[in-house]
Order: sequence, then C-alpha cells, then structure tokens
Amino acid sequence: MATKTGAKYKKMTMSPKEYQTYAKNREPSRSIFGNCVRAFLVGGLICLLGQVIQDFFVYAFQMSKTEASNPTVAVLILISIVLTCLGVYDKIAQWAGAGTAVPVTGFANSMCSAALEHRSEGLVLGVGGNMFKLAGSVIVFGAVAAFFVGIVYMVLGVEGH
Amino acid sequence: MLQGKQTWWFDKKPVIIGSATVVGPDEGDGPLASDFDLVHPELDMQQKSWEKAERLLLEQASDFALKHARVNKQQLQFYVGGDLMNQIISNSFAARTIGAPYLGVFGACSTSMESLAIASLIVNSGSGEYVLAGTCSHNCTAEKQFRYPTEYGSQKPPTAQYTVTGAGAAVLAAEGVGPVVTSATIGKIVDLGIKDPFNMGAAMAPAAVDTIQAHFNDTGREPKDYDLIVTGDLASVGHEIAKDLLTRDGVPMEDTVFKDCGLMVYDVGRQKVQAGGSGCGCSAVVTYGHLLKRMRQGEFKRILVVATGALLSPLSYQQGESIPCIAHAVSIESQH
Repeated sequence: MATKTGAKYKKMTMSPKEYQTYAKNREPSRSIFGNCVRAFLVGGLICLLGQVIQDFFVYAFQMSKTEASNPTVAVLILISIVLTCLGVYDKIAQWAGAGTAVPVTGFANSMCSAALEHRSEGLVLGVGGNMFKLAGSVIVFGAVAAFFVGIVYMVLGVEGH
Repeated sequence: MLQGKQTWWFDKKPVIIGSATVVGPDEGDGPLASDFDLVHPELDMQQKSWEKAERLLLEQASDFALKHARVNKQQLQFYVGGDLMNQIISNSFAARTIGAPYLGVFGACSTSMESLAIASLIVNSGSGEYVLAGTCSHNCTAEKQFRYPTEYGSQKPPTAQYTVTGAGAAVLAAEGVGPVVTSATIGKIVDLGIKDPFNMGAAMAPAAVDTIQAHFNDTGREPKDYDLIVTGDLASVGHEIAKDLLTRDGVPMEDTVFKDCGLMVYDVGRQKVQAGGSGCGCSAVVTYGHLLKRMRQGEFKRILVVATGALLSPLSYQQGESIPCIAHAVSIESQH
C-alpha cells in the first residue's frame, strides 16, 4: 500500500477565461467554404428537382405554373418524408449542412422526425404534442415576420396581393 | 479507508468475479467487437421504444455478468447503477428485473466508475458479499433527450461525440478469482465555463486532469505505476487537451500509456462518429469488456480508469448555463 501523501502536482492554474480561449483554439477547423459549396450544390439540386416535378405537372396534366406549384410541393414533402422514414435524410444532412434545410424538405423532415421519435408516447401527447417541437418556432416567427412586413406595406401604401 | 483528501483505499481488495458487456451495431462494427459478450445487429433490438432497447442492454449485461461470476440473483445483495435518462429510468426499470436492493446513482458518463467505486466500498466495508455495478446508454435515447429527434437532419460539428449504444456490468465479491479494485478517487465538480454541448470533450478535460492529479497526490503513486491510464469519453478534442494540461502541470504521463475509451470503442477515422464515443456505456463497455479481458490474460497488471461526466441537462444549456463536469478514477489490478 502506498503511504506517501502530500500534493505533488499543482492543480490547474488557468482561469476560466483563459481556458475558454485555449479550448476554442483546439477545435478542429471547419471549412466554411466547403460547407457553402455543399449547401449550394445540395440546395440547388433539391430546387432543380422541384423544377423538374413542376414541369412534369405542367406538361403532363396541362396545368398552369401556379396550379402546378401545390402538387409539386406535395411531392417534395412526400420524398422528404420517405427519406426521413428510411433513415437516410439525416445522413444526407450531415454532409449537406444548410443545403437540406431548404424550406419544404427541411420543414417536412423536422415534423416527420419529431412525429416518429415521439410515437412511443402515444398519438395525442406523443405525435400530436411533439410534431411541431422543431417546426413550431418557424411557424411562430414566420407569422410574426409576416405581420411586420404587412405593417410596412400598409404604412408605405403598397398594395399587397 | 480514506487516503489523502478524496481517495478510498480498499484494503480488502474487492474482486471483480464477473463482468459483461452488450452493445449495438456501431460498437460491433468497431475495433473491440470481439471483446463484447453480445452485439445487437439493430439499434431497436426489436423493442417498441428506444428506452426499452436501452433497458434491455442493461438487463442482458447484468445477466451475463452474473452468469460469468456464477452468482445467482438470490445471492446478489445490492445493485448500484445509473444512466443518462431523466430519472435514470433505464436502471430503475432494469433493477426491477434484477430484483436486488438498489442504489440509483447519477454521474452522467462517469456513472460507470461511480457505481463501481460505491459497489467496491460496500464490499470492502463488509456490507455486502456480492454487489453488482452497472450502467448503460443508447445512442437514440441520448439523441432524443439531449439533442434532436434521431432522424432530424442537422449537421454536427467535428467536436461532437457519438453516444455509445451499450451496457456494462460487473459483479464484485469479497473473495474470488479476477482483477481487484484497489482504490477510487472521487472527483469534484470542475467547470471552466464551456457552454457548448457539442464540445463536451473540452468541457470535461479539466475535470479528468483534476481527478488524475488528486489520485497521484492522495496515493503517492506516479503515472509509471500504471500500465495504462484511460479517460472515459474525452474523444479526440478533449483527450489532446487533457494530455496538454497534464504536461503543463508537470505530470509525467509519458511514463505510462494514456488513452481514451471514446477513441478506442470506434474506428474514428472510418466510422462517422465525429470526435469519438461518449455516454455511460462508453467507458463501461471498454473497461468491462476490453480492458478486464486483457487484465485476465495478463496483458495489464494495473490500470486506472478515469470516467468523465458532463453534468448538463437540455434545460440548463438552453438557459445559457455552462457545463459542470466530473471525473471518478478507479484503479484495478490483477491478483498475480
């Protein structure tokens, strides 16, 4: 059994502030440029896919561009949900970063993933209560932003459509 | 008995007469796969919820540990365990199955060594003959509780860590054959103001350093007295910081082998785990699976396991609080 006691080693002498700066410098660097390129490519590809779907509805069903937009969004939502359920969407997002957060597919993923995750807590309190856990703040701040933009339009006397 | 300021010296040398580990698919795909008793090929383990899957891991690990120790449930006097879930449900529910008198503990990812230290203390003081210590974590329950839904598409930074799906359990006894627990240094909270829950390695490193130094100060031992010193789950960022801090403080860590369970459990370069593994299961499966097996084979004579824990909750970090961290060190030696 060891018998020697007494402080051999002095304890940490760095102040919290010093340590925070030190720790910050130890973080592996993240390529902002690389992330931007990936986000641009993936986000752009999703938009391109949306355009293809819209054109399909315009040509195949003789819809106008406005008429085609609703079924286009529905198809994108469906694709996003299927990919989420298959467990693929989060893997794409890890690579693509902001690219997969583009409104329609990202929004659908946030709702679907929350619904899946909380299914075990029941349909009402689990799925119903948690589906908007992540998407809820988008709705809230979307509505708030729309309200202020509306006021600006009113004050400036611009007619909205 | 108390040695120095914060170390328990176990003069009766409680014996780990049996230990076991059960893991999920990613750990089974890692470099330590052959050291685990059971590898589940699926994350859900045919259970209805992630929480049930996590509980199953622990129930299976304790079953295997008891079997290896040749101790039946009636002989088991106490069970000490904890996990990451709110109200440590995985352990409390598993303790219902185990049926032994139960002490639930929480030390986040340091729970593995916290429960082992307490179980050793019980055996050393003669308060129990057979005591089980266990802990578990599941990647999906941790994601769900601490981060986002598992299928939510968000990009994790390279400092983030991947929660280990796995459980480890060990049976301690007053007498028997196996590695012995000789001391435990109980850590204190160290908080240097890191707030980023995606950089827990950096938050926990000073706690590990504090406990390692306290262990050497209390016991009079030196790094060279250990064949191996492992930290629990500092991963690539935190482990490098810990190495640096120990060097700055003049601790001769070059005299020993200094590793991290979070870097051992996965092939960090190949598997997509960012900085490395974390979670209660991380140090538990590496210690109870890999390290104890190596000790029984005579590869290591004396090791020090320093399990690290980030004691945050989703509530505390959303309110802008920093992350209080802790580390508990347990020294394990072979009998020969």
